[in-house]
Amino acid sequence: MRTLEQTTQEVLELAARHFNLPARSLAPEDDFFKKLGIDSLQTLEMLSRLENHFGIELPDYEVQGVSDFKTLAERIQSRL
Amino acid sequence: MKSFTGKTLRWEWRERVVELTLDHEPANEIGTAMVAELEKFVASFGALVPETSVCIITSARKSIFSAGGDLRELYHRATAAPEKERGAGVREFLERIHTVLNCIDAAPFVTIAAVQGLCFGGGLELALACDIIVADKMARFAFPELRLGFIPGFGGIPRLNRDLGNAVVRDMLFTGRTVNATRAHAVGLVAQLAGEGQALRIARSTASQITKFDAVTQAAAKKFIKPIPDEELRREIDLFCELFTRPDVMAALKKFLEDSGPMPYLP
Repeated sequence: MRTLEQTTQEVLELAARHFNLPARSLAPEDDFFKKLGIDSLQTLEMLSRLENHFGIELPDYEVQGVSDFKTLAERIQSRL
Repeated sequence: MKSFTGKTLRWEWRERVVELTLDHEPANEIGTAMVAELEKFVASFGALVPETSVCIITSARKSIFSAGGDLRELYHRATAAPEKERGAGVREFLERIHTVLNCIDAAPFVTIAAVQGLCFGGGLELALACDIIVADKMARFAFPELRLGFIPGFGGIPRLNRDLGNAVVRDMLFTGRTVNATRAHAVGLVAQLAGEGQALRIARSTASQITKFDAVTQAAAKKFIKPIPDEELRREIDLFCELFTRPDVMAALKKFLEDSGPMPYLP
């Protein structure tokens, strides 16, 4: 079972890879809408990547209002 | 008409397969312009049938099959009409799209939706009219309509109910959530899963297998196994018109359409 720290790290690595950013350029507290400049379509793409990576379902209403990687990782952790 | 290029879509026939490609900026919304061209497409079935075994419906957009009905157009048309006449305008549009989707549903050849990216609302209803859905790993499916106070109106509930059963309909409808391709495959909505960006390739490979079979037998088998849920479809139009024109729905739609945030307003 992953720890929350491991999950957070994997979320950051996956986001960096998806948006072609250096691996260490994202931090858990970053606002991903601001940091990545993404729109709703890209957010849903990211959600698909996360679900595929972690092998979970994360209903979009559970991440509505979430804008930082740390909280996103917590939501994922609760589904693992 | 074996090929056509319109403002919102195009189709091309090749070796017993006709490929219909949705190509309407920004998200293949299904409004009056696309419905008019879909009407042209189904009107060409008579000429296509003798030489066609398969129809593939796909999208020119990399990350979107279709975001669904053109809510902006529906909203503006509804609010431009006097309140008592709003229902009639919406009903006329729904009757047209239902006629088109019923023709695709009952087409005397096999229909395959090659889905990549978002397939929401009316886009999912178009895919559900097809016999087989092939989707790539990044596809997402949803009926978000209840989040804005109405129901899917292009035949989605009766067709999802026909194909998958009531429990899946309730989960998707009552939560309005987006469902990923893996889940959609697990519940039987998606027949075949494709790698990222490979849905059309897999759909073409499937089509080439299907073209080997006798077209008359195929059409007979389809007619036997895939009844059109006529009565439920009629009731769906009535219910949609009843719900859609309420002031609360108009207010929710206005908020949704005016929201310019990274995630649009959806309760």
